[in-house]
Amino acid sequence: MIEVDHLTKHYAGHTAVRDVCFTVGRGEIVGLLGPNGAGKSTIMRILSCFMPASAGTVRVAGLDVFTQADEVRRRIGYMPENNPLHKEMRVREYLKFRARLKGLGNSRSRERVDTVLQQCGLAEVAHRIIGQLSKGYQQRVGLADALVHQPDLIILDEPTQGLDPNQIRAVRQLVKELGRHHTILLSSHILPEVEMTCTRVLILHEGRILAAGTPDNLQSEMSGGGQVVAEIAAPVEDLRAAWDHLSDVEHYSIAAAEGEYQRCTLAARPGTDLRGQVYRLAVERGWPLRELTRSRHTLEDIFVHVTLSGREEES
Amino acid sequence: MNFRFQAWRTLLRRELGAYFVSWTGYVVIAAVLFLLGLCFVSLIRALNAEPTDQPLLELFFSTYYFWIILILATPIITMRSFALEKFTGTFETLMTAPVGDLEVVLAKFSAAVVFHMLTWAPLAALVLALRPFGNESSAVDWAVLGSTFLGIFLLGLLYMALGCLASALTRSLIIAAVIALAAGFALWLLSFLAVNYVGEPGWQSAALQHVSLIDHMRDFSRGIIDTRALVFYFSSTALLLFLTWKVVESRRWR
Repeated sequence: MIEVDHLTKHYAGHTAVRDVCFTVGRGEIVGLLGPNGAGKSTIMRILSCFMPASAGTVRVAGLDVFTQADEVRRRIGYMPENNPLHKEMRVREYLKFRARLKGLGNSRSRERVDTVLQQCGLAEVAHRIIGQLSKGYQQRVGLADALVHQPDLIILDEPTQGLDPNQIRAVRQLVKELGRHHTILLSSHILPEVEMTCTRVLILHEGRILAAGTPDNLQSEMSGGGQVVAEIAAPVEDLRAAWDHLSDVEHYSIAAAEGEYQRCTLAARPGTDLRGQVYRLAVERGWPLRELTRSRHTLEDIFVHVTLSGREEES
Repeated sequence: MNFRFQAWRTLLRRELGAYFVSWTGYVVIAAVLFLLGLCFVSLIRALNAEPTDQPLLELFFSTYYFWIILILATPIITMRSFALEKFTGTFETLMTAPVGDLEVVLAKFSAAVVFHMLTWAPLAALVLALRPFGNESSAVDWAVLGSTFLGIFLLGLLYMALGCLASALTRSLIIAAVIALAAGFALWLLSFLAVNYVGEPGWQSAALQHVSLIDHMRDFSRGIIDTRALVFYFSSTALLLFLTWKVVESRRWR
């Protein structure tokens, strides 16, 4: 659906996107993840034909975004950052205007507007003025606008920005539903969001792609077996001896918790799960065990990990 | 490059609607109406004191009232056209829809011109209201009223194109208005410069005679339609719109 090949974009004085290559297949939900200023919006603006690339080629559905911009725009539904809307218009009026602007016929646009009003849960506010709606509803209006001409590809720039948790959940749900019939590219700097909604993640930092893959793949690449945390009431020396003895423990650390309890953080060898072994050991020795958890690396860890070098330079 | 009529018409409707769903449109119309009324009151008081055989419209356009209203009102009408969309970000949704830059420029321009003509419509009512009080039927002539409105329309074209260009250059309403105001005022002041050159040989004199808005409007208000003026207004409007088009397109070169 999207083929981006050696894309570079210079603004006066600095380079926002450097030599980025990626592809998005039909039906995927792909998340662009990165801190502010990483170049997410720039990539999206180029994809949606708002501005051209400095170098490289970008194709959407096999069409070049620069030379066949018109055809591409017809196939894309784009919701820019901060979801700009004509706040003085009414919901239905605005969507009708957008549908007509996108070249739909009169009766066809009426039909599509009715459909997207239903789809985005806007039917009961169709006659309200957009500026008077809550941000959550406004966001849905933006989504409805992106959908109204039945695009193959939907591009959403920070779709949940500035919403409260309930609204975020609703928008996320909507995006997931849309993902069944559309290809979606969304950007975010909120990690759990991308983790929850996307089938694939591209991590972007300072205009480069640092990592790409499904959320699960990125995790396993990064973390190996993961970490196990166990809180056990036992003498420190005994614990040390026990952990040294377990061959699946690569390294460990022990810190005092309150009371007799010791908090042990164990790093496992890739592909192993220590929890069973720790449990059996505690039972055998009669040690009280009050916590046993495996901490998976969250995208947050991956994100911090891959962007760390850049952050250090900044500070 | 094919012109999408539907996109143009859809945008024109929205732009015109935008004047009336916000306060801007009503405020501009009310302000123009107020100023026009004020001008006519002072004109009538002058007429009461001293009868004249000059036709009414010519009398009106021999004063500077008309110009003050024109120069003040036009920047307000056009300032929002591009600057506001850039400011709120809707410019991005607009330009990523399958519409060309040319349709966008022409739609905004046509909406401004239509609105401008609406603000001047009350002038006809004021003039016609005075008609029964004239001793001669020639005080208000239908043809002269027509040519006067043609003049207002042509001036509107020029000033709206100028305003659109100013608005396309910036994302601030204030800056758009100030640029349009300064440029519009300067254009008008050229008429006074032209007076200084009257009768002098040389190209400066000839050039200034062609851009003397006051002279053009005096002709129109007398019922004279001079093709030189028509050419001037149409060509300068076309030039300004072309520049606006290129400014809108320039985001692709940067």
